[in-house]
Amino acid sequence: MRTEIRICGFGGQGIILAGIILGKSASLFDGKEAVQTQSYGPEARGGASKCEVVISDTSVDYPKVQSPDILVAMSNEALMKYIVDLKDEGTLIVDPTTTDVEDVKEFIDEHNIKVYEAPATKTATDEIGLKIVANIVMVGAITKITEVISKEAAIKAIEASVPKGTEEKNIAAFEAGYALVEK
Amino acid sequence: MAEEFFIQGNEACAKGAIAAGCRFFAGYPITPSTEVAETLARELPKVGGSFVQMEDEIASAGAIIGGSWGGAKSMTATSGPGISLMQENIGYAFISETPIVIVDVQRGSPSTAQPTMAAQGDMMQARWGSHGDYEPIALSPSSVQEFFDFTIKAFNLAEEYRCPVFVMADEVIGHMREKIVVDDDIEIVARKRPEMSDDYLPFENIENGTTPMPAFGDGFNIHVTGLTHDERGYPDTNNPETHDKLIQRICDKVLNNKDKICSVKSEGCEDADIVIVSYGAPVRSVVEAVNRSDKKIGYIKIDTPWPFPDEEVAKLTANAKDVLVVEMNLGQMYYEVDRACKRNSNVHLMGVIGGLLPTPDEILEQIDRLGGN
Amino acid sequence: MSEQKQNRFLPYMREDRLPHIFCPGCGNGAIINAFLAAMEKAEMDFDNIAMVSGIGCSSRIPGYLKCDSLHTTHGRALSFATGLKTANKDLDVVVFTGDGDAASIGGNHLIHAARRNINLTVICINNNIYGMTGGQISPTSPKGSFGTTAPYGNQDAPFKLAELVAAAGATYSARWTTVQIENLVLAIKEGLQNPGFSFIEVATQCPTYFGRKNKLKTPTAMAAVMKANTVFKSAADRMRPKELEGKIVVGEFANAQRDEFTQNIDKISVEKFGKKTLINSAYEEEL
Repeated sequence: MRTEIRICGFGGQGIILAGIILGKSASLFDGKEAVQTQSYGPEARGGASKCEVVISDTSVDYPKVQSPDILVAMSNEALMKYIVDLKDEGTLIVDPTTTDVEDVKEFIDEHNIKVYEAPATKTATDEIGLKIVANIVMVGAITKITEVISKEAAIKAIEASVPKGTEEKNIAAFEAGYALVEK
Repeated sequence: MAEEFFIQGNEACAKGAIAAGCRFFAGYPITPSTEVAETLARELPKVGGSFVQMEDEIASAGAIIGGSWGGAKSMTATSGPGISLMQENIGYAFISETPIVIVDVQRGSPSTAQPTMAAQGDMMQARWGSHGDYEPIALSPSSVQEFFDFTIKAFNLAEEYRCPVFVMADEVIGHMREKIVVDDDIEIVARKRPEMSDDYLPFENIENGTTPMPAFGDGFNIHVTGLTHDERGYPDTNNPETHDKLIQRICDKVLNNKDKICSVKSEGCEDADIVIVSYGAPVRSVVEAVNRSDKKIGYIKIDTPWPFPDEEVAKLTANAKDVLVVEMNLGQMYYEVDRACKRNSNVHLMGVIGGLLPTPDEILEQIDRLGGN
Repeated sequence: MSEQKQNRFLPYMREDRLPHIFCPGCGNGAIINAFLAAMEKAEMDFDNIAMVSGIGCSSRIPGYLKCDSLHTTHGRALSFATGLKTANKDLDVVVFTGDGDAASIGGNHLIHAARRNINLTVICINNNIYGMTGGQISPTSPKGSFGTTAPYGNQDAPFKLAELVAAAGATYSARWTTVQIENLVLAIKEGLQNPGFSFIEVATQCPTYFGRKNKLKTPTAMAAVMKANTVFKSAADRMRPKELEGKIVVGEFANAQRDEFTQNIDKISVEKFGKKTLINSAYEEEL
């Protein structure tokens, strides 16, 4: 099965790293195939930067995301811009601190979108004391909600991707995100 | 033990270069190839190599030729605007038979056009970009793994045939991340040092064309020039015979070894009505389209656009009614395919520009327009 | 056949390449002699010298000398030399270039090589004209001089190369003329010994093109004018710009030490990773 994931937000929120961790988890630790792509240039620095991951049990030939099964939005501008591609009955995960799902309510209702709120920014600030790990909190939430990667793989991928010495804080952030949402 | 990494194409290229023995890189920042330079700036000092950011791409190409004669396997990486600037010194590398590797991560062109978008518009720059006659070798990767593997292969071919080798990648492959597997027994071709003797000729007209080259400082005291030269390397610019021999040999050493250099992969071509030919990133869309279609479609993936594998393409398309070339330009390799097929079949072009990889759906639509069962 | 005294520098020449292509009265011969004399004075190992040149009359010099020589593309000698020296910093790399090669088409490479302070010795033979292509004006042609592309006289101000290169960061820069061979030899010797970017500009005569176009028909006439127009830097420093118009200021324009480019590269490898920069690694099966 092929799953297409798009994570979007402000440049600087760490959404690229979040996508890399998903791809790394799937391809290096879950025995699946994965391709990660991202936006470049001025777009990558603005309010609607995006990172995409395709995860599949078989080889990923066409590498780009066309209509995501899962959209993760960490800025309102990105949410408004990218929701239009989301598949019918797809999954939308938003950070309520930085987005307003009311703005896309019509689309959600029309296309039967499953919406999850994961307050990643607030959790990162309040529980970890580091706003910059909001992306890793979000990876925890994505893992729990979508089961597109395993928890074990995610932890290994985080350890292999974050700067040395920050592993503990990042794993804590992941666990906090994993505990955020009831499934 | 094989190691696995989940990395970007450009990083894989840099990793491949180091694995192949590259110890000198000179380049100039340009999107979308910059990560190759950035990775090598970080990694080369760890393995006793040197990284230089030059003042422009003309200088980058010059520096790697100097580096190669200095005894280091040398590489540069760039994109369209840079490859245009390098052409003068690329021609010099051909006539002076200097092994170098030039990586081109292609973007929308001409001019500065689309820095962050993908294209395959430089294929003829690799073939004919510098003035005059020469036979280039070029490899086009379709995955991050291939960007790693082909960079190593490029270094090996450069040493084997003492000539520049291009790795013609594109923005899609350069920027995407995928898993690569790095084996611990990678085959590397080391440069062969000639034996010191009074009758050593650095540009000898030998049968198979490639004479071993010394490094500067080895004591051979050789003269290397971009002028037409005799077998000693001495300029002999007004003698038609000297020029003819030199240029013929430089071309022949590649052409006569096409069976060893050329590489294509194919599937289902023997009984196909339609054969799709592609190279680089579009191969991925083609494979998915072929897998999804219930028509009798085969595909050819060209690993080495140059020298063009015309015999293999002719053989694999012999039974097809239609041949479709999918590439990200308005028709470059299309003409090579058309020539190779010698009009046994109808050759069509699906030329996509604008920066986006053609989708499998777009290819399937094109196939529907061709008909077939 | 009458017995001729053999030139003492003949052993350094590729005898099988002679006769050379330089015109009668050209300064290149004197400059080759000056270079070889300087090299001996500096006690350099000729076998360790690698030469790089671009395109033009002066760039043909390395082809006549029996050492490794890279005769490259127009203006690009310094970029090839940068690669060569970086790949093997044990080599003594000497670059022969001319005014068109170094200052026009290669101007950017010139200032950047100086900025990097890479250990190269550059001998720039400045004859104020393009000789190889038949007498066109160059970026150092004096204002008012004539060339085939300045039939009504050159309207542009010339570059002052030794000063330009000094300003760009060279650790040794000097200018002398072919009528001051002893000073020239000493300057080249200094340049060879300086462990950084060294630039020696030699003002020279091109009787064939510059002379003919500018009513200086013989090498002697050119030498006389050159001599008459020469001003030592110490004197020039006290002269007004107006008085210096058309003069050739000779002397040293830079002579100071700072970090060298390839040493800096080596330092990073050694200090951060305990690795010396490899030499001749292309020939190794395993690294």
